[in-house]
Amino acid sequence: MTANFAYGASKAFVRIDRLTKRFGDVAAVDNVSLDITKGEIFALLGSSGCGKSTLLRMLAGFETPSEGNISLEGVSVINMPPHQRPMNMMFQSYALFPHLTVTENIAFGLKRDGMPKAQINARVEEMLNMVQLKRYAKRKPHQLSGGQQQRVALARCLAKQPKLLLLDEPLGALDRKLREQTQFELVNIIKAVGVTCVLVTHDQEEAMTMADRIAVMSEGSFIQVGRPHEIYETPSSRFVADFIGKVNLFDGVLVVDEPDHCEIDTPQGRFFVGHGITGTIGMSLSVALRPEKIGLQAEAPEDISSNAFRGTVVDSGYYGSFSVYRVDLAGGQRIQVAITHTERHDELYRRGEEVWVTCRSDALVVLIN
Amino acid sequence: MSTATSLVDRLVDRWGRLMVIGTPYIFLILVFSIPFFVVLKISVSTSNDGIRFEDLSTFNDWVFSFTASFQKYRFLFTDDLYLNTYGSSLKFATINTLCCLFIGYPFAYFMARSPVSIRPVLLMLVSLPFWTSYLLRVYAWKGLLDDSGTINSLLLSFGLIDEPIKMMYTAFSLSVGMVYTYLPFMILPLYANLVKMDGRLIEAANDLGASPFRAFWLVTVPLSKNGIIAGSMLVFIPSVGEYVIPELLGGPETLMIGRVLWDEFFSNNDWSMASAVAVTMVFLILFPLALFNKYQTDGVGRGSV
Ligand SMILES: Nc1ncnc2c1ncn2[C@@H]1O[C@H](COP(=O)(O)OP(=O)(O)OP(=O)(O)O)[C@@H](O)[C@H]1O
Ligand SMILES: [Mg+2]
Repeated sequence: MTANFAYGASKAFVRIDRLTKRFGDVAAVDNVSLDITKGEIFALLGSSGCGKSTLLRMLAGFETPSEGNISLEGVSVINMPPHQRPMNMMFQSYALFPHLTVTENIAFGLKRDGMPKAQINARVEEMLNMVQLKRYAKRKPHQLSGGQQQRVALARCLAKQPKLLLLDEPLGALDRKLREQTQFELVNIIKAVGVTCVLVTHDQEEAMTMADRIAVMSEGSFIQVGRPHEIYETPSSRFVADFIGKVNLFDGVLVVDEPDHCEIDTPQGRFFVGHGITGTIGMSLSVALRPEKIGLQAEAPEDISSNAFRGTVVDSGYYGSFSVYRVDLAGGQRIQVAITHTERHDELYRRGEEVWVTCRSDALVVLIN
Repeated sequence: MSTATSLVDRLVDRWGRLMVIGTPYIFLILVFSIPFFVVLKISVSTSNDGIRFEDLSTFNDWVFSFTASFQKYRFLFTDDLYLNTYGSSLKFATINTLCCLFIGYPFAYFMARSPVSIRPVLLMLVSLPFWTSYLLRVYAWKGLLDDSGTINSLLLSFGLIDEPIKMMYTAFSLSVGMVYTYLPFMILPLYANLVKMDGRLIEAANDLGASPFRAFWLVTVPLSKNGIIAGSMLVFIPSVGEYVIPELLGGPETLMIGRVLWDEFFSNNDWSMASAVAVTMVFLILFPLALFNKYQTDGVGRGSV
């Protein structure tokens, strides 16, 4: 797959051009092109081993690309060693220097630039205030909690005012609760500083909440690049739909194809989709439907010719703000339905109850396999 | 019945734990403390022939008397021979330690950075010399360094020199033999330390603008401090008291404390003097080092190694 997600030349701050990295005969990153605009937070999202870290390490200069080019503000950095690149990376497990204090860790990069001492002190102070670690300035890394270490690592990267900030699984080492809190803090700091940022994660929620744009990666290639809501609402492939959030997928064949709508016959019944596609009648494709975009009702709707299916409730799970029902459709497929609780109530539908499953035509997305 | 079992359990529990904790202590007491106190006692005992000693404490007619003689110590600190020999021992041990460090560090670094698959081979090569007697290996240097030895013969036959270079029985031959013998003791602890080093720390240093060379000085070297200390101790301490190598390769100007000890014991038959020399060596050299070692290793952060 050689999709090109590049913008026009004028907007590119970072340009990745047909970049490939092979280890032996395996391509960890395979012919990837991408433009990143200034000030953007860009997430590389994908499952383990898809090449996210390799791509990030090529940006930082730790891996030499087999082919392709990387340029920053129009200047190729491909032959620059890591210590000369105006980018800083926050490592997956932070890689703080264990023999140096928090202050010395943050000052490390500044000293390498030959900054005057007074200026270094002022800058370190500023950084410590930003990440709220002033009280811990004299501690060694092993005397800090995971969250504090993460903030030191961030301060150490940002101290040098890099043109590009690289984050490898920035929240990977934190526990769940701290993660959610830190997520927003991190974005606030990055946005306040205004630095362009590429972050790597395998957590789709993290990518969705933090990033301005996301690249979904698989086996070294980009499958889809877009804003979080684009990727969620209009996934371009079965892989993306499946990877991002929960989804019900219905396989079927195209029976009506108009510019403003199309209809698809599946074993569960007929779907009326509110957007046109470019396809031929009779071709097989699938329809994606998110659990939270499905309605349940006890009585049959007025129009049952499409987007309405009979089913039986199998079981349900209560999640506080919403409940998830599993429903067996008359056509045999089991689907998930998420119903938000707008008022306080118990189970709406009981196990074994007959229900009607409905959805709006604009909630459906057609995926060409 | 149940109380009996629990009593047995408690005894086993208690004594078992004591034995596990106690064994190394018993070992240390048996092989270190007791001999040391015997030597200490001899050093302050008086004797006519140097070998049979009077008791330090007597208990006669209800009178308890305790006599210790510090005469040997006084002599030791007034005679130049002993102080000069201590100085020379320290000098050669220091030279040896520094040479081992400068040769051993790059070696250990190279080993730790080699592919995992060839590391066992390299480790084997470092410990290979231990398979031959140390005495033979030291003696073999004589064949190389002698006036009519391999090196001089080669140089002569190539016409590079007109007469043999005097290498044997000098400070040079002594140092070569010492460095050669003690090098593995420097390399192994350094290797053990360097091989555990997190490569990402070096990358982080590079990323923050340190060239590979500076990253080495600012990160690798400080983080291998414990390995440097351990290796230096392993080399320094035994080299201070080294006897065999100076005996085989050293000359008249390379007198070391081991030689003096030997002479006092076997030539002068003055066991008290020999013991005083040994005890002074322990107090003057080894205890400060042990303290330094403890202080240094405590001071390093838990996370570092
Ligand atoms: N130094 C290397 N030598 C050989 N193969 C490598 C090397 N580094 C990475 N790979 C391979 O390249 C592929 C991508 O690795 P990469 O570390 O980029 O994955 P990732 O997306 O970061 O995964 P994770 O989420 O587990 O960190 C993997 O198949 C990996 O085995
Ligand atoms: Mg990774």
